[in-house]
Amino acid sequence: MGMTVVQRILARASGRSEVAVGDVVEPAVDLAMSHENAALVVNQFREIFRDTGLEPRPWDPSRIAIVFDHRVPAESPKTATNQKRVREFVAAQGITRFHDIRGDRGGICHQILPENGYVRPGAVVVGTDSHTTSHGALGAFAFGIGATEMASVWALGYAVNVEVPATIRVNVSGTMPPMVGPKDLILHLVGVLGAAGASFRVLEFHGDAIGAMPTSGRLTLCNMAVEAGATSGIVPADAETLRYLKEEAGVLEAVHPVVADADAAYERTVEVDVSALAPQVACPHTVDNVHPVGDVAGRHVDQIVIGSCTNGRLDDLAVAARILRGRKVSPATRMLVFPASGRIYQQALAAGYVADLMEAGAVVMNAGCGPCLGVHEGALGDGEVALSTTNRNFKGRMGNPASEVYLCSPAVAAASAVTGVITDPRPEGGR
Amino acid sequence: MSAALVALVLGDDVSTDVIYPGRYMATVLPTETPQYAFADLGPFNARLKAGAVPAGGVVVAGKNFGCGSSREQAVSTLKGHELVIVAHSFGRIFLQNASNLGLRLVEAPGVSANEGDELAVGATEVVNLTSGRRFAIRPLPAARQAIIDAGGLIPYTRRRLLTPAVGG
Repeated sequence: MGMTVVQRILARASGRSEVAVGDVVEPAVDLAMSHENAALVVNQFREIFRDTGLEPRPWDPSRIAIVFDHRVPAESPKTATNQKRVREFVAAQGITRFHDIRGDRGGICHQILPENGYVRPGAVVVGTDSHTTSHGALGAFAFGIGATEMASVWALGYAVNVEVPATIRVNVSGTMPPMVGPKDLILHLVGVLGAAGASFRVLEFHGDAIGAMPTSGRLTLCNMAVEAGATSGIVPADAETLRYLKEEAGVLEAVHPVVADADAAYERTVEVDVSALAPQVACPHTVDNVHPVGDVAGRHVDQIVIGSCTNGRLDDLAVAARILRGRKVSPATRMLVFPASGRIYQQALAAGYVADLMEAGAVVMNAGCGPCLGVHEGALGDGEVALSTTNRNFKGRMGNPASEVYLCSPAVAAASAVTGVITDPRPEGGR
Repeated sequence: MSAALVALVLGDDVSTDVIYPGRYMATVLPTETPQYAFADLGPFNARLKAGAVPAGGVVVAGKNFGCGSSREQAVSTLKGHELVIVAHSFGRIFLQNASNLGLRLVEAPGVSANEGDELAVGATEVVNLTSGRRFAIRPLPAARQAIIDAGGLIPYTRRRLLTPAVGG
């Protein structure tokens, strides 16, 4: 029986010729990523070594990446102190893949890792963030873990107790209509699968629509695989992956894609044709409460958010800038934009997108997670409604349980900024 | 098999944002996280903080409890109150974090209860002593049980470090 991409990766990383679904393996970790919660990882890491007589040193500092993004710049003395402690650990351990609060190399972890070439096809990537699934966009097996599990990885260099997951194959065919993109596809898919529909499983993406999709869009897809409960999403590496790594991530050495066997066994196959897909909106308070934009068009919005690890990339900002160029954000709403990295921010400046957005009335903030998880800035008032390109709309997600969050693409968000109500971005509203 | 009171009943897809809201994530110490358990469910949070929910109190929930973020505070906050979570199913990272930190989770598909019911949680089934209904427990995978039996992932990893031949 053939193996899926993730089975191939896990077999290689655990030194076996093959693995079957349900096998428990201990794969060597190629990249171990944390953000501010490295503060807790450091605590747990020291705890592991307590009374062992061993010096608490990570197995390989060159395979650790730490990126500050959740609360940048720090919003409180507590966060600032956590960040300070992590900086001290980073310096003491010689961790070089450290991305502090900076306009040149800072940003959101799920953009920083790809754009710096840290993620390679076939790699095992773990991160103390559930959206670590994003990195499957480059053909890696990437999944979220807790802080204690990361401390264990830092100590051992491998992940203990990994059950080889079953894989759901997702075949995506057709050509995206204008103003419809990867975000609409993944929202649609989460709606079809349900919030637990892919629990403990991998979503492996195939089809001509995936082949034609740039890596930025694949990152959006894999980012939200976890919203269907998936352990990871993965796009098997192809010519576009190699192009991205060489041209955008500066990877000069040879890259070796890992592909599924022709006779790989999938638990099931889901077919999606995007040719007639409408822009999608996830309504409060679950990500699988997905409707075509027409169902909720006209609903008043108090705050529009464009950004995050899901949709803060250059092409997302380009779509928004194109829609808002020469127009104004409605005085009935407000609009916040968070580029996913300092590099993207600079590219958006050079391309004129930042000027377009600011002249329209949007506030362009520094790169980071922003209001997505309600810890930092852009809080909502009681009874207020946000329309956001982020990935979660759970009750209280943006910091106020008395508010509502709708999720959408950058095109829907920008078109809605002009009107102040949820708006279909397609010409003639798609009719 | 000891009986415990059902302290809270919730539905499907209870996210870690509900269990431990993101705005408290700068708090990481297990000694400090319990104060924010279910912070946005004000009355229940108040009962927890007042010590009105005895240790071993049960939270009953539907499918996919603990979905969303990987934040470990969602586990340490519940463990601090010595709650037991009985649910139809759990989110993957939450389930993993719970076994790593020693929070007791019981997967009992179909389980139903009202607040104030008495539940007996055994090794193989959950019995609602108030309604008389019984629900089979789905056991944890053996590999995860091994971490629980070791007392959590920290002692488990420590043992691996000291006897490297076991691992790898």
